[in-house]
Order: sequence, then structure tokens, then C-alpha cells
Amino acid sequence: MQNSFGEPQTILLLGGTSDIGLAIVRRLASPTLRHVVLACRDPHSAGATASITELGAGGVHVRAVAFDAVDTASHAALIESVVADVGDLDVVISAFGVLGSQRDFDDDPAAAAAAVTVNYTGAVSSGLAVAKQLRSQGHGHLVFLSSVAGERVRASNFVYGSSKAGLDGFAQGLGDSLVGSGASVLVVRPGFVKSSMTEGMQAAPLSTTPEAVAEVVAAGLRSGRRTVWAPGILRFVFMTFRHLPGAVFRRLPLG
Amino acid sequence: MRRTPLTGWGRTAPSAADLVDVDADSVAATLKSDVTVERGALVRGLGRSYGDAAQNGGGLVLRLAGLAADAVIDEARHEVTVGGGVSIDDLLRVIVPRGFFVPVTAGTRFVTIGGAIASDIHGKNHHGDGSFGNHVREMTLLLADGSTTTVSPTVRPELFWATIGGMGLTGIVLEATIHVWPVETSRCIVDTQQAKNLDHILSLMEEGDHRYRYAVAWIDLMAKGRHLGRSILSRGDHARLDQLPARDRASALDYHAGLIVTVPPIVPMSAMNRTTIKVFNELWFRKSPKHRDGELQSIPQYFHPLDMIGEWNRAYGPHGFVQYQILVPFGEEHALRQVIERLAGSGAASFVTVLKRFGAANPAPLSFPAPGWTLTLDIPAGTHGLSAMLHELDHVVLDAGGRHYMAKDSHTTPHAIRRGYPRLAEWQAVRDSVDPDGVWQSDLGRRLGLLG
Repeated sequence: MQNSFGEPQTILLLGGTSDIGLAIVRRLASPTLRHVVLACRDPHSAGATASITELGAGGVHVRAVAFDAVDTASHAALIESVVADVGDLDVVISAFGVLGSQRDFDDDPAAAAAAVTVNYTGAVSSGLAVAKQLRSQGHGHLVFLSSVAGERVRASNFVYGSSKAGLDGFAQGLGDSLVGSGASVLVVRPGFVKSSMTEGMQAAPLSTTPEAVAEVVAAGLRSGRRTVWAPGILRFVFMTFRHLPGAVFRRLPLG
Repeated sequence: MRRTPLTGWGRTAPSAADLVDVDADSVAATLKSDVTVERGALVRGLGRSYGDAAQNGGGLVLRLAGLAADAVIDEARHEVTVGGGVSIDDLLRVIVPRGFFVPVTAGTRFVTIGGAIASDIHGKNHHGDGSFGNHVREMTLLLADGSTTTVSPTVRPELFWATIGGMGLTGIVLEATIHVWPVETSRCIVDTQQAKNLDHILSLMEEGDHRYRYAVAWIDLMAKGRHLGRSILSRGDHARLDQLPARDRASALDYHAGLIVTVPPIVPMSAMNRTTIKVFNELWFRKSPKHRDGELQSIPQYFHPLDMIGEWNRAYGPHGFVQYQILVPFGEEHALRQVIERLAGSGAASFVTVLKRFGAANPAPLSFPAPGWTLTLDIPAGTHGLSAMLHELDHVVLDAGGRHYMAKDSHTTPHAIRRGYPRLAEWQAVRDSVDPDGVWQSDLGRRLGLLG
């Protein structure tokens, strides 16, 4: 149960090595925090081990559990076992995903389908398993890391963009379905975030950092918002993009 | 039965539960048919606990009806037998005209008898009369297995005292017999006095509280420096008939308690900010008399002034507010001073800050009051940095041997509760013996790890 300042006692991070996900966990950490569960592909990886040490420094119980986004049949059991371990889930962050390269996807349709399975299908099954738990406990927040790439899909990364468009639609609908249940969904639409996912890429205009996204998420949770943009100005940028005629949009130098 | 979002009076940290209205006859059947093992059940009174004490996310929340008109008054023994769902508000309307007053009332009369017992509420007379639990003669409980039992300080005393202050987690109070004070009038006679700083108010209360039945101080927490802790001390008793003007004596026991105004449901932003709170505190202090004795006040004026404003918690806007109430034992006044200095020096603004001297504790393992000072503040929950500061103050309070009042708490940790309530394990053993399957649950119980 979170306290009156919205400080959670338990956080589950799906995508336990995500830079943005970990930044959100750090931002929501307080003396109230008791349990953090990092759900990641390899719970014994160097990255997971380092995060356990770092986040556990203040006496928080941190553990990593194996989570494979593609193995959708395992998701319900995974959530049940986490709940058996730590009790009610106050904040769940769905932060896993792959970016990939559009050029590679063009030559390898199977790789494109695999990426979409992680970003969309995996988020659907794990998201529904989490929602079931939040509904039954009557409280809790589910945060989805969507992307502005899903708001108007661009030619330069349309496989990734379309998977985020699907995820965004799913998350919005799930949020609507949870109204009145005590649980809620926050959809986060970051722009270009400088993180290990985008390492080596040319930063887009209005790029941001995992810490700045975390700040936006914390403020969104506190004020009960349902969709947030990071940085906030992107809301208006993409509102414009969404309404541009295709002929104009295609000519924009958006990378 | 419907899924309903619930919060405490502070309007923070909501959770949704299946809310069912029941009466004393139907409650056992409803419990049996609707409760789930995972999320359990809880009875909710009037929702005046500030935090999550009367919430049970995902589970069953029962609202117990009760009629004050059914209360049985034993005029010879000064006792009333009344349903657990009856409010002190309703009870006063019945018993004051008959010449009786509740043994203890909180700063609001919108508290049920069951809630008063579950939180073991205290009032301005704690220094002499103890808390509500001290005045419960016996009570009938609905237990987790659906049976009822009657407990008292001599019959199953361990269950009796575990229920006093037990936050509703031992059973439902269906009915209680409580001691009531005989009163000659429905007025109070009040002495008011300003204190120029913290040392002054502490010494005034130490020296003089015992001469009064009721005593409490209001502190201007916005005052700093040499004015730190400047206060208005208000002490009194029920007025005797011969203290009323002759023209009022015929209506000596008339009792009227109403609303002056109600705050509308939508307050888009908090009306309570540092500026408005500072202005209010300054005016409140200045309008108070330096010294005035023998003023006659009505019961609502003296005991329940905020109840005249309906739904006043809405004025804090969408983020709600927290009430921070702590106990600091006698001899640890340095900790009290540290807390007041830290709060006065911070950006946090408290609209109403109250200081009270407690008397002896009762035998209940989770009862809040114990010999010492209790400080109570209302602060907007959206105040920047408030959470970190309260966690910091928690250390000062706990290091001094103090504790938090669970009926008010909405922010602290299981660890802090274990330090403040060293008899928690003793209470848990009693609870487990009457509720082995964990039927009684609450958000507060889960958040603070009360249930083991």
C-alpha cells in the first residue's frame, strides 16, 4: 500500500535492466520502499547484480527474477509468484522493449516480428496479468513506457513505432477498463531518450534523459494523470504531427 | 455490494473495496457469504481516520448502521448501552438533554462508538480521565468465526484490551456499555490565556492543567524565533446550573449542533497554502484574549469547532492533507522542541496545531496515549519535501521513546510502528487466537505490517 505521499512500498520492474525503468525506481524510492523486484531476461547478469546492490543499499529488499517477454504463457504465474513473495504491488513499471534497426528489419521480416512480439504481445500478456492482480487488490499503478514514436509512425522506424502504437492503444484501453477498480494505468510517451537502448545513435531534437522521464512519471503518478509526455512539449509537437497531411509529414527531416 | 473507492479523511491513497451496508442483525450473515480469504473484511465507521485505517482494498468493507434512539441509559449507574455503529454526534443529541455527556470526545463528534473504541480516542480530558477505552464497561464483539462474545476488563480482559486501540482488527463492536458523565448544563465554562512561547506554554500546562477537566493548547506554528511556540491555552469544564445566567437556566440542557457552511465537492486547488495558513494563524492569535476567565461556550463551540464546517477536508484540494500526531514522553521535551523548531523553520504550513498533555496510559497494548505531550498538525500533502521531513522527524520522536497515532497515520513505516509500540507482538498473539485465518484486514494493517 502506498502512503499518503504516493510513495510505494513495493515496485515491480518488468524489464529489470531498462535504464528508464531503473531511473523511475530510484525516483520513487523513499524510506517507505520495502521491496523491489527486477524482472529481466537474465537475473544473474552483471547489470542485474549491480542494480540489486545499488538499490538495496538503503535496506530495501531487492531481487531479480527471470522474465521472458516472449514466453507469454509464463507471465500469469510469474506475477502470482512475485505477489506471494512481496504482497500487494503498489507500482508496476512495464519498461521492456527492443528498438532494432529498420534497415535490418527490412531484410529480416522474422526479426521484425520477434521485436514486435516483445514490445507488443509481451506487454499485453504481462500487462493483463498485472491488471488482474491490481484489480483484486483494489489499488496500484501500472506504468507503461510507450513512445512518441507510436503517436505518428515514421518511415525511419515504423516497425518499432507500430509496436509502440499498438502498446499505447492497449495501455489506454486497459486504463479505461480499470476505472472504478482502484487501480490505474499511466502511459508514458518519451521522445528520444539518451540511454543504452539508443547508444551510438544521433540524438533527436528535444532529446531527454532517463532521470527526466522518471521525474515526469513521478509527477504524473502524484497528480493522477493518465498520459504523460517527456519532455512535456512533445505533447504539442506530436499533436501537430498527427494532423499533418502525409505528403507534408513524409518531407519532414525527422531521421 | 459495489466496488467503491475509499479514502480516509485526509483524502490520500485511495483503494477500492466492496462496500456493504449492514445492521447488527445482518452483519454475521453478510460476513459469512461475502468475505474472501485473500482480502478479508473490515468495518468502517464515519471515515474520520485520516489515513487508511478504514480502507480494505480489494476486500469487504462493512458499514454498520445504528440508532442512537435505541440507546439504553442507566441513569443511576451513569452508563449508556449503545450500538457500535452509532455516532457520538447522534448519541449526544439523545443524552445531553437527559443530562449526560460522553466520557471522551475527539475534536470531531463524527466518530462512531466502534471507531472510538478501535482508535481508543482521546480528548481534552486525557490528563485526568484517560482515553475512551478507560470508560468502556463491556462490549459485545462479532468475531471472525461469526460468533459473538461479550468482553470487559474482567471477562476475557486480553481480548477486551486488544480491541481497545486494535484498529478494528480483532472483531466488530456490535454494542458497548460506556460510562457517561452527568452534566447540569449543555454549556462549558472556559478560561483562555495566551502563552508567549514554548517554555511558557509548557510550564502553564504543567502547573495548571490538573485544576481543569479539559485542557488543550493551540500553537501558532508559523511563529519563529523568540515567539516560537506561542500559543493559546484553553481550559474548562462543564458549566454548573448556577453558572448560567438566570434567563438560560430553563433551557440549560438544550443541545443544538449544526453546520454553518459546507465546502463544495470540487476544489480544483488547495485553498490551504503557506500564505492563507499564515494569515489565519496570525489573526487567530491576535483575536484571542490575553487572558479571559469564565466564558460560557456551547458544546459544539468548545469541543467540535471544525464540525461547523461541513466536509472541511475538501479545502485542501486534490492532493489532500496529512495529519501528523505524535507522542513525546515527559522528560523528552527537547525532542518536542526539536520537532516544533524543524516544522516552524520549514516551508510546511500547519493550519491547526494542537498540543495536549496526556495522563496515565491504559492497559491496551496498542493504545496511543501515554504520559507525555502529544502534538497534532494538519499539513497539505502536496507540500514540497514534506515526506522527507516527516521521516526525519519520525527518528527524533522514536529516539525519544515516542510514537505515532495510528488513527491519524498515513505515511510511516512498519519499522517505526514496531519501535513505537513495543507490545505489538503481544497484541498480535491475541488477535491470532481469535482470528487465525486473518478475516479482519485493512490497508493500514497491511501497510504497517500489523498482521504479522
